[in-house]
Amino acid sequence: MMKKLSGSVLVALVGLVLGVIFPSQARAERLVIQGSTTVFPIAVATAEAFMRENPGADISVRGGGSGGGIRALVEGGRIIAQSSREMRHKEKISMRAAGREPVEHIIALDGMAIIVHPDNPVQNLTMEQIRDIYAGRITNWREVGGTPGRIVIVSRDVGSGTFGAFVDIVMEGEAIHPGAIFQASSGALVEAVAGSPAAIGYVGMGFLDERIKAIEVNGVYPTRENVVGGEYPISRPLFYYTAGEPRGLAKRYIDFVLSPSGQRIVAQQGFVPVR
Amino acid sequence: MKRFFRRGKGKGIEYIFLFFAFASIFFLGGIVFVLFRAGLPILRTVTLGEFILGRYWRPLFFEPPAYGIFPIILGSLWVTLGAMCIAIPLGVGAAIYIAEVASPRLKEILKPVMELFGAIPSVVYGFFGVVAFAPLIMRLFDLPIGLTALSASILLGLMALPTIVTVSEDVISSVPALYKEASYALGATKLETTLKVVLPAAFPGIVTAIILGMGRAIGETMVVMMVAGGSPVIPRSFLQPVRPMTATIGLEMGEAASGSPHMHALFGIGCVLFAMTLLFSIIAERFSSRFRRGVGM
Repeated sequence: MMKKLSGSVLVALVGLVLGVIFPSQARAERLVIQGSTTVFPIAVATAEAFMRENPGADISVRGGGSGGGIRALVEGGRIIAQSSREMRHKEKISMRAAGREPVEHIIALDGMAIIVHPDNPVQNLTMEQIRDIYAGRITNWREVGGTPGRIVIVSRDVGSGTFGAFVDIVMEGEAIHPGAIFQASSGALVEAVAGSPAAIGYVGMGFLDERIKAIEVNGVYPTRENVVGGEYPISRPLFYYTAGEPRGLAKRYIDFVLSPSGQRIVAQQGFVPVR
Repeated sequence: MKRFFRRGKGKGIEYIFLFFAFASIFFLGGIVFVLFRAGLPILRTVTLGEFILGRYWRPLFFEPPAYGIFPIILGSLWVTLGAMCIAIPLGVGAAIYIAEVASPRLKEILKPVMELFGAIPSVVYGFFGVVAFAPLIMRLFDLPIGLTALSASILLGLMALPTIVTVSEDVISSVPALYKEASYALGATKLETTLKVVLPAAFPGIVTAIILGMGRAIGETMVVMMVAGGSPVIPRSFLQPVRPMTATIGLEMGEAASGSPHMHALFGIGCVLFAMTLLFSIIAERFSSRFRRGVGM
């Protein structure tokens, strides 16, 4: 009796283990997209739409930040890395050293909005003023035409792609004042600015909502038209990276993202289409 | 198989537990080994002095990068100190009340509630901190933003409270009744007995409880990531944001390239944190053995 039971338990266990090890055999094609939390909403929405049209496909989207996604790709992961910054030279070198060629796909543009609390009367800042604020040279709203009071600088954390893009475009490589509040995600940053009338922050346009106010930069408001036309000064491309030219499901999916219906989804998510 | 169990039941079970004991030591040893192997290479990039005492933490995007963790170490100590200012009086007071004053019925309610308190996941504290507590601190102190060392300290203090209360209460309860009876026999009141006999006898054990609570506070990650503000500056006041060690590791680990100085620096912070909590544990162990000897256990 005991023997019989343990025999069937053994069979079940072996089946379970095999099922865990070779799950893809049973199902159709699978694809993992991993990386930037900024690109995340685009990836989720396009993957859902793609899977509706292609019921056999199985795409899962993970966060973890631009660096995490790129690292997974460099280390040999069979994924699409989503990134809100360009791959660094070092990263490309170590990927090529492993015999894999990074291929870049620009899937959308993102205007980076400078945000303040809705009660803040400031409507416009120049790039120089923003840089001076984040470097800690301008510390009072009075100096830029606002209500007198200390400026609370809110920044994304040092690792994020958004931080990297902001430092490149706005700070021109200058360090952000260490007294800034550093937030782990765009959502947390919006939360912090929405809660403090003295705060200033920056997020991708896709994160704008009614609890915060985007201001003009050099007199230009962050709209889709202004980003496409190049009038708005703080914008950046968003990337998918693959190891080699994409094939199979990855190719069909990326083609879909770049197709008119894919780019419509990009726009619906608050980003700027590239086609 | 059957014979093995019947004949050497005691021995067999002994071996099984021996295996478990060594497994945990083995895993712990492995973790420490990996931690230091990944952390020590930061000393190829900066000297130990520059790492521990450096004032600027700019690991990415800037040339040259700076890997000074002095503000970060102070950030951790700062919020832990703040947490203890709150948790020690509240925790020890509550323990005395539960052990010495509360009626058995009240005690039966208070102890489990305290233990339940300790089972709340830290992200819940963090969420509570972000949506309710930080805004309150902001209004109360008329600050421009509520993400400060103070907010983090109070939440960490609340989180360390269950540890301090339950361990202290056990210690106070285990002071031999003989001591108290002797004190009463000499005509001392309940208050005098508690303050002059029970507390001194329990003192080393209470210190253990406090240090265990400190370990909890300094190692907590989620709450400080969400509430402390994350500024790598040397703290001068409790009303400014700080960036504790755990938050730095939690925030940046996902973005650090493997094998880069940044990654080694993050593991280096882990080594420093490990050394500090180890020191806490050793001190706690010392005091607790003193307590056991003191009350003749």
